[in-house]
Amino acid sequence: MTRWHTDTTLQPSSYDRQLARLAAIGLALSLLEAAIPSPLPGIKPGLANIVTLIALYQLGWRAAVWVSLLRIVAAGLMLGSLFTPGFWLSLTGGASSVLMLGLACHLPARYFSALSHSMLAGMAHLAGQLLLARLWLIPHDGVWQLLPPLMLSSLLASVATGLLTLKLLEQLPPCQAKPLPSP
Amino acid sequence: MRLALLKAGDLLIATLLAASCFGSFYFLWYHSGRASHVLLYQNGQLVQRWPLRLDSRFTLHGPLGLTVVEVRQGRARIAADPSPRQYCVQQGWLNGPGSTALCLPNRTAITLEGDSGHDSLAY
Repeated sequence: MTRWHTDTTLQPSSYDRQLARLAAIGLALSLLEAAIPSPLPGIKPGLANIVTLIALYQLGWRAAVWVSLLRIVAAGLMLGSLFTPGFWLSLTGGASSVLMLGLACHLPARYFSALSHSMLAGMAHLAGQLLLARLWLIPHDGVWQLLPPLMLSSLLASVATGLLTLKLLEQLPPCQAKPLPSP
Repeated sequence: MRLALLKAGDLLIATLLAASCFGSFYFLWYHSGRASHVLLYQNGQLVQRWPLRLDSRFTLHGPLGLTVVEVRQGRARIAADPSPRQYCVQQGWLNGPGSTALCLPNRTAITLEGDSGHDSLAY
């Protein structure tokens, strides 16, 4: 077996392991969700976002970005949708929601819980996707007609994921890995 | 981090988002303004912009033949078209701004153009 010219081996820390575990759970949820039939393209529960939120709480914002992006790329590979418009839509949605989470986690924790973070991230997800769709995929103002039903479904889904996240965070044992400071 | 289930800010954000959701239904679907003009397209080019309050009939020329557009009582429709599946004819009367009937095989289309629903704006 060829060896690297440096002898230092890369040791995954418990942080890395926890991150990879969360990304794998998110991937499994994404794949499960792809099997659920949906009345309208674009309407789905977004269960994998629970994992992003848990990563945000247990490991910090950087880990949430990693978990989200790893899951999206891996789900693209496994569903065969890598680099298709659907993949770019989901990447844009994921990127906007983690950016929103980066802002939202500065909200005072005394008044805002994971539910707020989930709802704000869900709205950012929808806004990013609709903007991409308007600018690139369907450059016509008719796209905005999709906003009301998508917003309703996104709001309901993000409330559901937020409540589930709250419930899960109550029951999960506190994580061993040290969270990195969120920016 | 201690997690009480719901906090005041959550309810605030939920209320705001629910309100904007209802607002989007109201402004984008229900109260979307009135269509004022119909735009007639032939081979991708705009050939005519006609006010909906004036009843009229137009013919557009496409590779398959003539597309007949009818404007009556503030609405517009494709009255006849040679396209094989007749999708644009079956769409019937168009009312709202932004609604479109496309006769793709004959390369003709009509689109309604809206105004904001205000007669005038004064400051």
